[in-house]
Order: sequence, then C-alpha cells, then structure tokens
Amino acid sequence: MDKRKIGTLAAVAVLALAACSGGSSGGGSKGEIEVWSSLPRQGSSKGQTDTIVNAINMALAEKNNTAGGYTIKYSDKDDSTAAAGKWDEATEIKNANDAVADDKLVAYIGTFNSGAAKLSIPILCGKGMVMVSPANTYPGLTKAGKGEADEPDKYYPNGCTRNYFRVVAADDLQGLAGAKWAAKLGAKNVYVLDDTELYGKGIADVFNKEAPGQGLTVLGRDGIDGKATDYKALAEKIKATNPDLVYFGGITQNNAGQLWRDLRDAMPNVKLMGPDGILEDAWIQAAGEAAEGTYITFGGLPADKLTGKGADFLKNYNAKYPNNPPQAYTAYGYEAAGTVIAAIEKAAATNPADMSALRAAVLKAVSETKDYEGALGKWSFNQEGDTSLTAMSGNIVKGGKFVFDSVVE
Amino acid sequence: MEELVKALTIGVTNGLIIALIAIGYTLVYGILELINFAHADVFMLGTAFTYFATELIVRGFGIPASSTLALVVTLLALPIIMLMTATINASIERLAYRPLRNAPRLAPLISAIGMSFVLQNIGLLLLGPSQKAVEPVLPRTDLVFFPSGAAWFGVDEMIVVGVTVPLLLALRWFVASTRQGKAMRATAQDREASGLMGIDVNRTISLTFLIAGGLAGAAGLVVALYYGQTFFQYGLQFGLLSFTAAVMGGIGNLTGATLGGLFVGIVAAMSDRFIEAKWTSVIVFSLLILVLIFRPTGLLAEQASERA
Repeated sequence: MDKRKIGTLAAVAVLALAACSGGSSGGGSKGEIEVWSSLPRQGSSKGQTDTIVNAINMALAEKNNTAGGYTIKYSDKDDSTAAAGKWDEATEIKNANDAVADDKLVAYIGTFNSGAAKLSIPILCGKGMVMVSPANTYPGLTKAGKGEADEPDKYYPNGCTRNYFRVVAADDLQGLAGAKWAAKLGAKNVYVLDDTELYGKGIADVFNKEAPGQGLTVLGRDGIDGKATDYKALAEKIKATNPDLVYFGGITQNNAGQLWRDLRDAMPNVKLMGPDGILEDAWIQAAGEAAEGTYITFGGLPADKLTGKGADFLKNYNAKYPNNPPQAYTAYGYEAAGTVIAAIEKAAATNPADMSALRAAVLKAVSETKDYEGALGKWSFNQEGDTSLTAMSGNIVKGGKFVFDSVVE
Repeated sequence: MEELVKALTIGVTNGLIIALIAIGYTLVYGILELINFAHADVFMLGTAFTYFATELIVRGFGIPASSTLALVVTLLALPIIMLMTATINASIERLAYRPLRNAPRLAPLISAIGMSFVLQNIGLLLLGPSQKAVEPVLPRTDLVFFPSGAAWFGVDEMIVVGVTVPLLLALRWFVASTRQGKAMRATAQDREASGLMGIDVNRTISLTFLIAGGLAGAAGLVVALYYGQTFFQYGLQFGLLSFTAAVMGGIGNLTGATLGGLFVGIVAAMSDRFIEAKWTSVIVFSLLILVLIFRPTGLLAEQASERA
C-alpha cells in the first residue's frame, strides 16, 4: 500500500514537472519573453499593416517562436483609433507606457508613422527598451541637422542610450531621390505641397531644399488641411503658377485621394509626384482615375525586386498568405523581426542575469547589427540607428497598380 | 479678374452644396428647437448610397462610366436616394427624438449626438475606413470659357447648380405657398397653439424631417458625383461647415441658411485661392465668431419662431 502510494506520488510529481517546463510550444527552457509591434491596425493602413504583422509572424514561426532558449510571445498592438482612421497620439503613448510597464517585453517593433515614433522613442529610451521600426522615414528621428534644431537629441532625453533603429532609409535620401527623379523627368518648375504632419512636411521640406540643387525652381509651397472637403480653389492657385510637376509630401489618410482628383481636374497634363506615404492600395482606391501616371518614390525596393533571401521571403510569404499580397513595407516588417530575433540570440549567449540585463543585452546586440544577411540584402545599422541600405525605387501607377520604374540613386 | 471670377464660381458651387445641407439643420431647429447632429451623417449616407448606385450602374449593369447613359441613370437614382435618406431621417425622429419631446432640452441633444455616432459607424461598416472614389459618371468637360481661353465652368458645375437650385426654390415655394408648408411655419412658431388649431403636429414634424432628409440625400448625391468621393467621416467634415453656415445665417431662417452656405463656400474658396489653404478654417470660424458677437441671432434675424 505504502509503496504504491509513493509510486503514484512520484509519477504525478514527474508528470507535473514535465508539464511545467515543457508546456510552451517552442520548447524554450529559459522562459517566456515578449515582443510587441505597434502599428495602425484600423483605418486605411490596415491593409498594409496586416501584411507587416503576417511577415513578423512568419519570421517568428521560422524560428519556432524561440530564440536563445527563450520562448517568444508576440503581441500585435494597435496605435490607431477607429474614429481617427489612422495613428492616434494618445493610443501610441499608451502602448509605449504599457511596454515600459511590462517586465517580459524585450523589443518593440514600431511604429509605422513617424509622428507616432516621435512620441514613443523617448518613453522607451527611458527604460532602455530597443525599438526597431519597419517604416519610419522622418530623418530627424535619428539624424542631426535634417529636421528641427533640437532633433534628434530631444528623442533621447536625460542621456539615455540610443534605442531606436530603422531598417528603411530615411527621407533625407528619399526626398533627394524625388528631386533627382523630377529633374530627370524633365520638369523645371515645381510646386510643393504637404499634409502638415511630421512625415509629410518633413519629406516635402527635403524635396524643397534639394530642388534648386537639381535645377528645379520651386514656384510655391502650401500645406493642405487633411480634413478639408475639397481642394479645387487650391488647385486653381497652383494652376496659376503653371508648374511642370506638383510634389505632395503626405499620407493617404490625409485626404490625398481628393487632392489628387482636384489637382488632375485643374491640370490634366501636370506631372504628379509623391513619396511612399501614398504607396499603398488604399491610396489608389481613394484617388481612382486620378492616380494614373503618378510618380511615387519609395525608400527601398519593392518586394518583387528583392533577390536572394528576399526572393525566398517573397515565395514563402505568398505561399503562406495568398490572400494578403505583400505591399511596400511587408519585407521591412520581416527584416525588423529578423533583426530582433538575431539580437535576442546574441543577447542570450551572454547569459543575462535578469530581464533588465536581457533588455540591455538585446539593445546592445541590435545596435551592433553588422553585415546582417536578410531579405533586404546585406546591411548594418550605423551609430545613429540608420540602415546602410540606400537604394531607392521610383514607381509609376499604371492601370491602377504600382509598377516599378527604376532605381533612383 | 478671371481668377477672381473662377474662385467665386468654385465658392458658389461649394456654397450651394453647403447651403443644401444647412437648410436641413435650420428646418429642424425651426420646428423643434433641436440641433439635429445626425443630419450631416444622413448626408454622408446619401454619398454612400450614391457610391453604391454608381458601382451598380458601372460594374453591375456594365454601362461605361463616361457615357451619358450612366449619368442619366445616376440622376434617375436621385429620387430613390432622396427617399431613402428621407425615410432614415424620419425614422430617427420617431426613434430618438419623439419619445424625448417633452424631456428637458438636453436629452434630445444628447440623443442626436448618439444617433450621429450610430450613423457614422453604419457608414464605417458600409464603406470601410478609407475614402472611396466614386465612378467618374459626371463628365468634367468644360463648357464656358473666359475671353482668354481659360476654362470657367463645365458640365459638372452646371449639374450641381441644376440639382441644388431647383431644390432650394422648390423648398421655398413649398414652405411659403402650400398648406403643409403653412402648417410647418405654424408649428415652428408655436407648437401648442398649432395643435389647438387642428394641425397634426406629429405629422408636420415627421414631414419636416422627411424633407430635411431628402435634401441631405440630394446633397449627398451631388457631393459624391462632384467631388468624386465618399467617406464615412463626411458627416463631420461637411456638418461642421454646414452647421456654421446655418448659424451664421440665423438658425431657423431658411434664407439665412442659404446665404450662410454661399458665404461660407465663397470665403473658403477665396481663402484657399488667394491666401493660403491652411488659414481657411481659421478665417471661416473667426468670421463665425465675429458674426455671432455683433449679431448673436445670425446675419438674418430669426423669423421662423418667436419666444414669449
């Protein structure tokens, strides 16, 4: 009787131990850590952020959701509200504060919009939490002298270590590429518009600054109200200056579709150019016929032009998510996740004592990303958190689709 | 000079649309002393219905978007759309405002705000979160030109005027010359006394909402075709301007709403054209404040109702 009881107890104890430690799917023995993404999951960017989240999930699944012995739990956070239909200040700040409060979190993949990054970088910096963005392109977030006078230091207050990195080239390069392309297209006089937000105004400012150097004359500069109902009178004003090309810095969600329609109505033959803020299907839907023939720059290469590991990524992605074809930033989401996973592996090798040490090690590992071979090619992060990749593409809207036109250096 | 006239034309065209929506606010305020916050969202549904109608015509029936047939069929859909929005507006009155007829003034106001959110979210469900381009059924060909050869206005502006002006005139005639119109004016003046005089107050109020809703639907069709877009938040964007126009012209006053609409439209167009687009909102609303400071009841003194 006694022996059987002891035997049963022992069996139960062994089973319990086995259940406790082997419970997670990946078999990570060091416990669970978390990785979050903060992207606009409502509004018209949802189509694109769906693909980015898919890509992040794919990157994690390829490593069985484990890295360095830890099991990774991924949370897809939303920084938008239904009412705004795009990223929202209060929501992003809440995400960042929640991230700081969560002890298991080691990395924050985000944001999609530069305006949102401006808010979370300082909050995360204070906790030493690494932030890798797949899509922010406003230069002032990392580079000095490209934005306001106090940027980028104001995003890293109180001497905290730089915690922000991005896998996409910044707008100082994209704006210049736009100006070069405009000159190559034969334009001489340009009119510059922006949507008065951080990203849009930023890249329009870069274009404005680089234009004279490319032989272009800037005829005028205006900011539009994204909430206005129409831009007919503005289009007349622009028409009166007789430009060859109109450049708009901004995002789809700030009524770019209506703007395009009104510009086209007033000036059927003018060239229209925009940055990657309008490089999404939602913009073509909003602009309708007026989108045709628009020139759009992108701070990277489109998914179908990637080679090597990038082509593999594309193939695997299309097989796994046939109903959500990749958009401009999908591969960048994949690369950001890949960078984070690689950093966790490197960090785990140093055997950090606790979560706080792990976070610091992950941050250090991300900052030391060098010659990383991923879907985007072989690249490194520089001291300021920018990628070494600088290839830009020019795309034209043909037949209601984005068609790659050329690489713009 | 030509630039001035062109900007004025844009202002008048936009202003007529704003006036058509503003009339809805003013009609309901005149008769119930209630600001129907949901009115602009009924207009938004009008743009949504027009979007679906054009999708049906072009994609469903296969009529090419640029053909005259497509335009004619879309315009034939106008009475149907007006009827749909009129019914929605009248239903809102029955559901959300009538039960609160004798409640303190704040209650129907909050109910109206609630209805506005409900309709917005219905719009969100129907249209999705992004702006949607409407099939280009309205031809943009320029008809009239300036002496210098520059285009003045075209078919699209004429259709806007051709839809809005007759509706405004018809409304004016209806309110001034028919029995039902007289009943509306009487109910607006004194609801109890009208009831005592044998006017069916509930029916008159329902009729007012039907008419306001119908006008919102017509404005919706015009906006969807002329601006070429529908968006679930159109209620917010247009509602603000139209409500401003109604208040500026004197809330409760039909002529005031029309003039207010034209005024807002023209000021906005002039500001966009000759000053800078980013100042337009500031200018329009500053003018509203100025008008209200010096003439609190609006530019045209309220004629529709008197308070004892």
